[in-house]
Amino acid sequence: MVLSLRLGLAAVLVIAAVAVLTVVWVPPADSGFASPKWARLIVFHVPCAMMAVVAYIVSTIYAVIRLSRGDMAADVKSAASAALGFGFTVLATATGMVFAGIEWGSAWNWDPRETSILMLMIVYVAYFALRAAIPNAASRARISAAYNVLACLVMPFLVFVLPRISPGLHPQRASLSWEYAAALGGAMVGYVLLYVWLFRVVVARRSG
Amino acid sequence: MILRGAAAVLAKDARCEVRSKQAITAVLLFAVTSTIAVSFTLGAIGSDTAVAAALLWVVIYFSAMAGLGRSFAHEEETHTAGLLRLAVPAESVYIGKLAFNFLTLVAVEIVAVPMFVLLTGCHIGRAGVFIGLLGLGSLALSAGATTAAAMVSRAAGKGALFAGVSFPLLAPALAVAIAGTSAALGPPPHASAASDVRLLVYYCGVVIVASLMLFRYVWEE
Repeated sequence: MVLSLRLGLAAVLVIAAVAVLTVVWVPPADSGFASPKWARLIVFHVPCAMMAVVAYIVSTIYAVIRLSRGDMAADVKSAASAALGFGFTVLATATGMVFAGIEWGSAWNWDPRETSILMLMIVYVAYFALRAAIPNAASRARISAAYNVLACLVMPFLVFVLPRISPGLHPQRASLSWEYAAALGGAMVGYVLLYVWLFRVVVARRSG
Repeated sequence: MILRGAAAVLAKDARCEVRSKQAITAVLLFAVTSTIAVSFTLGAIGSDTAVAAALLWVVIYFSAMAGLGRSFAHEEETHTAGLLRLAVPAESVYIGKLAFNFLTLVAVEIVAVPMFVLLTGCHIGRAGVFIGLLGLGSLALSAGATTAAAMVSRAAGKGALFAGVSFPLLAPALAVAIAGTSAALGPPPHASAASDVRLLVYYCGVVIVASLMLFRYVWEE
């Protein structure tokens, strides 16, 4: 419990420190942005999107463990990680929409990555709806784990087809100044701590 | 053993369908009315291949949603699911139901697609690729929808949930099918359509193999 509180406090402090440093220390972007000072939003947007993907991968790994070993604790961990992944997805989408509205002139552009993150949100909304609709706990765990694994296997197809449907606005290769790279790394550490802390809290609450 | 069981499940579903005509009527009625609604509202689409391809697959997708979800819900409602579990392995049930859903969708397309082409006035640039995409797209929709139907069959609010649970599984196949059909309807070159055919083959392979491996967890008590 004490360790968990320390972890939460560390996560909040790191994220707050990165936020302050990003505003006072990280310079506005050099060029290529409609509003160079708002380009700093990527420091929060990119790690959120990366953490969402990590959380979903962890959720799928626990779903596989649930199916292979029949372990109900793995089901709790899989659902907890999916819920946290969904939270990070919402944050990534919100910060991305603010960024896109300022830098690209429209909050939503059907860019392949925007479409991919929207699809991820729909996958996990369906996952939670499926879990909520199955009353039997054992059936719920098995069926939602199978859905989780299947969704994880079909999502990569979007990576191949979406760039052909609409052109991408996200840069394919971006060279960042060392200040941006440092801030991104710091934010990533903060989000990892936040994820680990929230994961432990949610799993402890649902198991107890 | 597995294929013999699958053939038995397919024959049982076909016999039930011949008697009741529930699935084919629902899917066909939806496909025909939505095709008429689309062409009545938009008139001739002509050379706008992207719009024609998107509308064609929207009609096929929602037709599939109207009928394919019943395949497992009916077994639960009539309390025959338990007997089916005892009679044949889970893999046979999946293959049999998949074959039945695929054939239902193909039967509907035989009526709905020529009607769509005639009413919207769209020109087919390369018929072979177009038919291949229709077949593979239908197999992809059937493969994902069959698994989704089994997943929601023991859930409350099956009808609404089926569409919601199916869409994320089917969206990649739908996007590939629309992109490929748009290329196949247009003028040459059709190289991107051919690559979409390959992508649909991979999608069908991944979904069918994964569904076969996962199906016993979904189906068995």
